Amino acid sequence: MPGLEDLYREIILDHYRNPRNRGELETPPAVSADGHNPLCGDEITLFVLVEDGIVADIKSSGQGCSISQSSASMMTQAVRGKSVAEAEALIHHFKHMMSIEDHHHDEPAEAPALGDLEALQGVVKFPVRIKCAVLAWNTLSQALESA
Amino acid sequence: MFDLAKIKTDFPHLRREIDQSPVIYLDSANTSQKPTAVIEAMRSFTEQSYAPINRSAYRMAAAATDAFEHARSLVASFINAGSPDEVVFTKNATESLNLFAQGWSRQHLKAGDVVVLTHMEHHANIVPWQMMVAERGITLRWIPLTDDGHLDLSDLDNILDGASVVSFTSMSNVLGTMNPVHEIVQRSHDAGAIVMVDACQSVPHAVTDVQAMDADFIAFSGHKMLGPSGIGVLWGRPELLDQLPPLQGGGNMIDDVRLDTFTCAPVPAKFEAGTPPIIEAIGLGAAVEYLSSIGMAEIRRHEMELTQYALDTLSERFGSDIVIHGPRNVEERGGVLSFAFRDLHPHDVSQILDERNVCVRAGHHCAKPLMRLIGAHATVRASLYLYNDTRDVDILADALTSADDIFGL
Repeated sequence: MPGLEDLYREIILDHYRNPRNRGELETPPAVSADGHNPLCGDEITLFVLVEDGIVADIKSSGQGCSISQSSASMMTQAVRGKSVAEAEALIHHFKHMMSIEDHHHDEPAEAPALGDLEALQGVVKFPVRIKCAVLAWNTLSQALESA
Repeated sequence: MFDLAKIKTDFPHLRREIDQSPVIYLDSANTSQKPTAVIEAMRSFTEQSYAPINRSAYRMAAAATDAFEHARSLVASFINAGSPDEVVFTKNATESLNLFAQGWSRQHLKAGDVVVLTHMEHHANIVPWQMMVAERGITLRWIPLTDDGHLDLSDLDNILDGASVVSFTSMSNVLGTMNPVHEIVQRSHDAGAIVMVDACQSVPHAVTDVQAMDADFIAFSGHKMLGPSGIGVLWGRPELLDQLPPLQGGGNMIDDVRLDTFTCAPVPAKFEAGTPPIIEAIGLGAAVEYLSSIGMAEIRRHEMELTQYALDTLSERFGSDIVIHGPRNVEERGGVLSFAFRDLHPHDVSQILDERNVCVRAGHHCAKPLMRLIGAHATVRASLYLYNDTRDVDILADALTSADDIFGL
């Protein structure tokens, strides 16, 4: 079994203890989307404000385990200020890192930088936690579709 | 005779090691491990006796039918049923509960008729009734909880007034609470209601006597009581089973079929359309023989002692860092310990425990309405059975302390 230190990296615990971009945004103009992990009861609500094709602001609320919450926190940091197209590329890239992206698409030649998100790479060794890590990202996909 | 050392060796899966450490299985409220007696009974029946039942005329088929019906008799004796015909084999307790909820509602209930449930039900005793609210227009009423995790019976007479059906759990799969089944059954009958008891959590752990319990129907699963998955039981009073329509049509459940109509076989075949879980029934028969050889009263005594030890150990070692839900008195509860540990998410606690091969459930335990009422999105649940001992509890406690190292608390 891989060591827990692969899963609970310090940067993950930091985002879990001090989540960034927590809260809500007024809808409209922002859109919101809910995500659930029925296995463990994790819940997330994302609020996304898209202006001129840019993710101008993003907040998350809800509750869940360290992996789902830290992933949500890092995700909001990573996509804030990015274009919708860049955010979608990041979703694709992150899910590829979690080895669950559809196999029709190969990894793009120029992968977007993941920054802090690289810390979540260890989750792949704990397959039951992959759903926790991608919850915020699937919810972001839903929100962007409705924006 | 309760010989824990011997019992431990009866379960091959619990003798395994992962990463050179023993498996500490604390998830029996979810599903139980199987003793060699059950595994061997299923293996030898499959190798030497397997054949169709209730159909073919050759000797092997007749012998298989006898073995299947013998398993039904063993289960009937185990719950002190009046006759084996009162025992209907289903897929699991969920199917048993659906069979009753859907069949009884469609045949006997109309818009506005009242079905009483409780706030501590498993989804399997909530959702089928909600489906009948949509389909039949029945009305649901709820028996609430007290702060200490019991059913609040203070307003029971009002809740039962005019009720057609009362369906409730004998033991909460989250809180461990053992409900006063006989009292609720009596008062429901006094109010004129038909009573179903979801006995899924209690049948594996305590003496079950359906005649003393006096309910009209009970449901339970084989896999939680050392038997295989894929088989469950609906027990019912014969005259009420006659009034319950089948959910599935097909082979075995008919008396006669013509192009325009059919007539049903007698109970229990009426409810057992298609080839039933034959090998699983043999396994369940072996499971109740194994449980009976140890004694359900002995098992209950062992689990009460172990539950007390677990409550004491966890409270002494972690104080206010651990919040264990449900009654404190082991006379009023089974060995199901749902808890919150510090402010750690149950999923993370489960992950840390898994590092030490400690198997627990983390989540909402298929009882989301109850979880909302106790203000928890999820809990960690350690559940005990006859094969657990104080060492298992000690290793659970040791593994919880290692959360300190990881989360730096």
